[in-house]
Amino acid sequence: MRIQSPRQSALKDSGSALSFGARLVVAAPYLWLVGFFLVPFLIVLKISLSETAIAVPPYTPVLDLAAGFRGLRDFISGLSFANYVTLAGDNLYIFSYLKSLKVAAVSTAILLACGVPLAYAMARAPRRLQPALVILVVLPFWTSFLIRIYAWVNILQHDGLLNQALMWLGLADRPATWLATDAAVYIGLVYSYLPFMVLPLYASFEKLDESLLEAAADLGCPRWKAFFVVTLPLALPGIGAGALLCFVPIVGEFVVPDLLGGSDAAMIGQTLWTEFFANKDWPVAAAVAVVLLALLLVPIAFYQRLQARDIEGRS
Amino acid sequence: VRRMSLVNVVALALGLAFLYAPIAVLVVYSFNASRLVTVWGGWSLRWYAVLAEDRAMIDAALASLGVAAASAALATVLGTMAALALTRFRFRSRAPFAAMIYAPLVMPEVITGLSLLLLFVAINLDRGFLTVIIAHTTLTMCFVTVVVQARLAHFDRSLEEAAMDLGCPPGRTFFAITLPLIMPAVTAGFLLAFSLSLDDLVIASFTTGPGATTLPIRIYSEVRLGVKPEINAVCTIFIAVVAVAVVAASLIEKGRSRKRGAISV
Repeated sequence: MRIQSPRQSALKDSGSALSFGARLVVAAPYLWLVGFFLVPFLIVLKISLSETAIAVPPYTPVLDLAAGFRGLRDFISGLSFANYVTLAGDNLYIFSYLKSLKVAAVSTAILLACGVPLAYAMARAPRRLQPALVILVVLPFWTSFLIRIYAWVNILQHDGLLNQALMWLGLADRPATWLATDAAVYIGLVYSYLPFMVLPLYASFEKLDESLLEAAADLGCPRWKAFFVVTLPLALPGIGAGALLCFVPIVGEFVVPDLLGGSDAAMIGQTLWTEFFANKDWPVAAAVAVVLLALLLVPIAFYQRLQARDIEGRS
Repeated sequence: VRRMSLVNVVALALGLAFLYAPIAVLVVYSFNASRLVTVWGGWSLRWYAVLAEDRAMIDAALASLGVAAASAALATVLGTMAALALTRFRFRSRAPFAAMIYAPLVMPEVITGLSLLLLFVAINLDRGFLTVIIAHTTLTMCFVTVVVQARLAHFDRSLEEAAMDLGCPPGRTFFAITLPLIMPAVTAGFLLAFSLSLDDLVIASFTTGPGATTLPIRIYSEVRLGVKPEINAVCTIFIAVVAVAVVAASLIEKGRSRKRGAISV
């Protein structure tokens, strides 16, 4: 049993009892996130309701605080939903969203199919080898994301190694097109997100109680079946965390489809990038971001619940 | 006794091969003498010599290191504070605070980048290295928080309690007792923040300004024009530095825990 000192319980009890130092510890990161995470979203929301203008900044209305109440009224009456009407009316955007969701769902499924056997094998490896295996899986993640995608450009290009290998093995008689296809995008996504899938899965498999599997075996359950009826259900939090950790960022992914994908159907991250950098249409780019965020709100909330429960469960 | 089945061994071997083969190809081809990136022309260091002359690439690399060091330092301080706040204190509005910590972990980079840029425009802050540092700090502090929080969550508090019972004020207790004990996690958080910053293309592209080019922005503009042997050389140097750093960090950590183990035994 642990005896709590009165000082500590006072620290934990109520917000008003916090010392100056404790207040600072809470306030500094809190204010930083409000200023650089929350407020920027409100600005995005506001600009998505503005109209494009050839000006600096390139949108109207601009809130004129000096004009007081009249300024605020002019500002509100200047807001419009025109950008959202544009998004809803243009197939380009709708296809872009649908394509992103499809690509994210399919690649998350592939990642699960590759990640589960890999993570399970890591968890079953001899204990003394496991830290080294974790480092081996994480090491590519520490090298640059961009570099890893670029490595695949090397391999997938027309006269690249993949085609050379396929022809040498006699599996193809002439070079196939890999670069600028959806297949290349899936390869790139699976490659770059695999560590994000494997680590949460490994964490769940690793703390699995071995005796449950022995019990299943004693009751005559074959090993492969025990994996599906015992191991996988117990690893569900890890599976959920891994899937969301991959799915959500992939929906908005830019680098992989830009370097490996074709130009025919852009994912939404590319569309946003083009609206912003090429078309300089900030309000439409902001509206694209708001809708994307709205689509991802539910998976993000799920991820937060898993994350919070994981931390609380450990303490 | 645990035993790996054949399926396990095959899965492990295939998985690691998939993770490392592309990197190996990249490294090998950076030593290719041929200008044609797909034709092997024998071993050579010529692309490293070309690289040593490339002033723009070297400047971008130095700039990236500076941005990464500054933002990782800031993110480590803020992220550790946030981890303490979440594990040690109960305060109102804790839930929205936790939400703001976990959301950036999965938030698509295009959204984070665009929203920060619009903020900088709204408050009239000139874009350059400072804005990239702020943006990277915001992203990476959340990763630091998660790493440090995991350490704090299963942390034996009896030493802290003993210090406080002996009259040590909370602030001093933190620096004398808590911080040394969570130092491995804080260091890991710093390294993670550093490498995320060094790696980031999307957020830096949105928040940077004229003249402030980081290494990924530079590499990206080259890569868009096709595969070039010099880029293979840049990437190889990058990978070598990271590999040495990670292996060194894990060896130091291993040595330290062995020493600790010897004392407690």
